[in-house]
Amino acid sequence: MIGRLIFRDLRRALGGSALLPVIFFLLVAALVPFAVGPDGKLLARVGPGLLWVAALTAALLPLERLVEPDRAAGMLDQLALKGLSMEEVAVAKILAHWLSFGPPLLIAAIPASVLLGLSGEALSRTLLTLAIGTPGLAALAVAVASLTSGLRQASALGSLLLLPLAIPLLIFAASAAGDPKAGALQLEAAVSLFLLVGAPFVSAAALRAART
Amino acid sequence: MSLLRLDQVACWRGGRLLFEGFDLTLEPGQGVLVTGPNGTGKSSLLRLAAGLLTPLSGRVTSAAVALADERSALDAELTLARALGFWASSAAAVEAALDRLDLPALADVPVRMLSTGQLRRAAMARVLLAHAPLWLLDEPANGLDAEAVERLGGIIADHLQAGGAILAASHQPLPGTAWRKLALAA
Repeated sequence: MIGRLIFRDLRRALGGSALLPVIFFLLVAALVPFAVGPDGKLLARVGPGLLWVAALTAALLPLERLVEPDRAAGMLDQLALKGLSMEEVAVAKILAHWLSFGPPLLIAAIPASVLLGLSGEALSRTLLTLAIGTPGLAALAVAVASLTSGLRQASALGSLLLLPLAIPLLIFAASAAGDPKAGALQLEAAVSLFLLVGAPFVSAAALRAART
Repeated sequence: MSLLRLDQVACWRGGRLLFEGFDLTLEPGQGVLVTGPNGTGKSSLLRLAAGLLTPLSGRVTSAAVALADERSALDAELTLARALGFWASSAAAVEAALDRLDLPALADVPVRMLSTGQLRRAAMARVLLAHAPLWLLDEPANGLDAEAVERLGGIIADHLQAGGAILAASHQPLPGTAWRKLALAA
């Protein structure tokens, strides 16, 4: 059943609005040179950090559709009756969300880096930080979507919750993308791992609380 | 062996005590119809029996459960057959369930396009696919026309005859068996 849930969520995301966050990510990257100006050196210096800000804001777009449609349709109750724990449901949703969000974002980072004039080395470092950080970001998104599911103005609340909680990830990822020697990559990996491990439990507790 | 047993169950919901000291046993072949005014805890009783709510006190034990409430638990963007396929072991099982509920003509229609009555029938098809001995049906006849209610009666009768049990909550009379009535008071 858990495999079916992953496949269904993935198919629904790819068949629906999975491209929106990627397009949004590219748009933000394209807008930066207009705002900052054509100074190549400046763009190259701030580029990795800006790509991460773009990734974070793009992660806000799918928040509403991660959990709420299933809660409202009674799917979560039926999955529980099938013997699935809410932790398993959360893990399935995190995996499906990352598969629909992470790899496309990594691919989109390549043209985005061209827009920002990043060197090949800087692009490689940025891609590495995105590969390490996006699973944590996906986990955080599912946890926040679970916490706000069923609430009024869930989308706005979700954004207000997700962005501050993602700050540690942003600090270490942007730092690792800019300076490979600082040890920030290990710290980013630690934060991402912490989110991956903790999010299913937070998400499950929120979904169980929403049931009552 | 009982398919459902509630011993001295108390239910607290929405900041108030809905009922306490509640006992209920369902044996194979039995159907219990819960009635009562709005807000007396009929749906909560079904959710307690399903294990989706934790009782304030008391004990709930049940066999495998299939629940049909006001939500269809079907993916609105998929066709009815594909949405039911998520809960089914095979395509043949989906086809059989659609046949039983007189829904083959709607197999390729997206779930979001179905009417209230059609969604109720689709939810019953999902219940059939669960192959659970205990059915919990919350207002199963809501939105159904006379023919569909009669068909529902046949499905209920077959399930009870096969050794299943049903706990149903309804404001209107349900066909299919001589229901044991259980009235919840406000």
